[in-house]
Amino acid sequence: MIIKLAWRNIWRNKRRSYLTIGSIMFAVILAVFMRSMQFGSYENMIENSVRFYTGHVQIHQNGYWDDQVIDHSMATDSNLLESLHQIEGVTDVVPRMESFILSAYGTKTRGSLIMGIDPQAEHGLTGLKDKLIEGEYLEMDDSSVLISEGLAKYLKMEVGDTLVLLGQGYHSASAAAIYPVKGIVKFPVKAQNDQSVFLPIPQAQWLFDAPELLTSISLMVDKVGHVAAVTNAVKSQVDLETLEVMDWQELTPELLQAIEIDNLSSKFMLYILYLVIGFGMLGTFMMMTAERQYEFGVMISIGMSRLKMQLVIALEMMMMTFLALFIGIGATLPGLIYLNLNPIKLTGEMAVAAEKQGVEALIKFSLVPEIFLNQAWAIFFMALFLGFYPLRSIQKLKPVKAMRGD
Amino acid sequence: MSIIQAQNVKKTYNADTIPVHALNDVTLNVEEGEFTAIVGPSGCGKTTLLNILGGLDDATLGHVEIDGTSITQMSDSDLIDFRLHHIGFVFQAYNLIPVLTTKENVEFIMLLQKQDEKTRDARGMELLTEMGIADKADKRPSELSGGQQQRVAVARALASKPKFVLADEPTANLDSQSTKDLLDIMLRLNEEEGITFVFSTHDQRVIDRAKRIVYLDDGKIVNDVTVKK
Ligand SMILES: Nc1ncnc2c1ncn2[C@@H]1O[C@H](COP(=O)(O)OP(=O)(O)O)[C@@H](O)[C@H]1O
Ligand SMILES: [Mg+2]
Repeated sequence: MIIKLAWRNIWRNKRRSYLTIGSIMFAVILAVFMRSMQFGSYENMIENSVRFYTGHVQIHQNGYWDDQVIDHSMATDSNLLESLHQIEGVTDVVPRMESFILSAYGTKTRGSLIMGIDPQAEHGLTGLKDKLIEGEYLEMDDSSVLISEGLAKYLKMEVGDTLVLLGQGYHSASAAAIYPVKGIVKFPVKAQNDQSVFLPIPQAQWLFDAPELLTSISLMVDKVGHVAAVTNAVKSQVDLETLEVMDWQELTPELLQAIEIDNLSSKFMLYILYLVIGFGMLGTFMMMTAERQYEFGVMISIGMSRLKMQLVIALEMMMMTFLALFIGIGATLPGLIYLNLNPIKLTGEMAVAAEKQGVEALIKFSLVPEIFLNQAWAIFFMALFLGFYPLRSIQKLKPVKAMRGD
Repeated sequence: MSIIQAQNVKKTYNADTIPVHALNDVTLNVEEGEFTAIVGPSGCGKTTLLNILGGLDDATLGHVEIDGTSITQMSDSDLIDFRLHHIGFVFQAYNLIPVLTTKENVEFIMLLQKQDEKTRDARGMELLTEMGIADKADKRPSELSGGQQQRVAVARALASKPKFVLADEPTANLDSQSTKDLLDIMLRLNEEEGITFVFSTHDQRVIDRAKRIVYLDDGKIVNDVTVKK
């Protein structure tokens, strides 16, 4: 009967209850939607950064990451690559040998990022093969290159033309070679599209006079949650005197920082939203008790304990809050699931802006449970906190006074 | 032994500002089976006296014993529990919990006493039948007339099987027919089941039916008459 009593009390003032439940619901929907979009964008940013370039974990010669020059290349053997493959959770092992070099064709030259790759592994990480717009993809034993579309345009090159590469190799050896262009690849990110040259690792090692050397090995891990374990496993396998092992957070601290700053500002907005809703809730909770003083007086008079009355009131407040919470989440969830499966494609200027920042032009929505749990906790604690006043007023209520109406 | 013993009860409101001496040295004993009216003009202290007898308010001075137990020093929560098991209350109006039906209102007090559902159901129906409102069992208080509401209030007061029922001007808001009906019921309960009633009133038609009349004026008992019928 206590539950029945509480439930019916909620609907005594239907309009007010609808309003309160509605406003909590609105806050929950807004918060969940906003957070889902934000978490989605963070996931997108991480995924992009990891997918397009760094991988989840990287291994290099000590000091390479801070000073990315070819002289900081590491010596490797095929056993290392093989044993990295064996680590649980590792999906791709991607070796690279990269440096800057001058590309030239005809009268034009441009400084380019030249990347010696394992074509198969590279495709596994970055999907390079899918970016091919002309010509053919590389094989490990080719002696030809892929160039990016922006570079090809600038140098006025086509598939089949011969690219001249000129620069410095390992320990200042001179590096010079000519390669036919086997294919042209196109990247969404301008910086990458304007200056990339790919060639098979053996060719890069020969060009730079750095046999058996690599600048980095990138690992892809099946789940972000497994990164820490994989990192530790790698650290236990390699010689940390000469090599450094870094996870994506260390590799791109500015990404992590950008996410944290964005997250902080949106949390602040959420707090303001909750503050507004909180005042509404407090108003309702207070009125729910203030207007029933006489009734409470009667109930205490006839022998209902204060604790039981508090229980009824607490139940009323919690029922209202949770009703709003569940309806709110329930109403948002199908839409979010749909958006999670079908991200919104950005068009026009927004798309350009996103790509300039090196992010895919998609608005993604995340469904991590944290989003929903956080809102649930926030609303629950708010109800708990705001419910304190009504409960205390019952503790202090004097029946005679309550029934006299002053 | 008296069921209510109030000795030298004094009640002063606003002692620290403008003191109002609502009760001045009131001594009153009520025996089991009485049908007693506390009578006097408005403001003479009737409500104050009933509240103190019922343990709803405490006396400034003096002593109250209910059924041999002193309630003067009881803690708040003990007192609530004591009221639940020993005293039935009927107030002037708005006695009932508006969101509960008539029958639920009557059963509610038995629920507080932790009686089982079967007992509650049976006694609830029995009492409503006795009050002549069994057909209103599933109605909400707002669907009942004032007289019917007061009868439900009496039913609820009796549901807890109290030692006595305190009723503060139970007929003040009723028309004469409803007043007569309610008093008929109260008198019958008193005569047939020996239930003790102490009620306040300033309505002559109600006073005429009381068996003992305690006249209160300006916080003092000025006359105490037992009527021979
Ligand atoms: N809480 C209170 N504070 C101050 N004065 C009060 C209070 N309650 C009652 N009084 C005063 O005490 C006197 C007795 O009141 P009350 O017992 O309600 O009389 P009655 O019920 O006979 O009308 C009145 O003068 C009234 O104004
Ligand atoms: Mg009065």
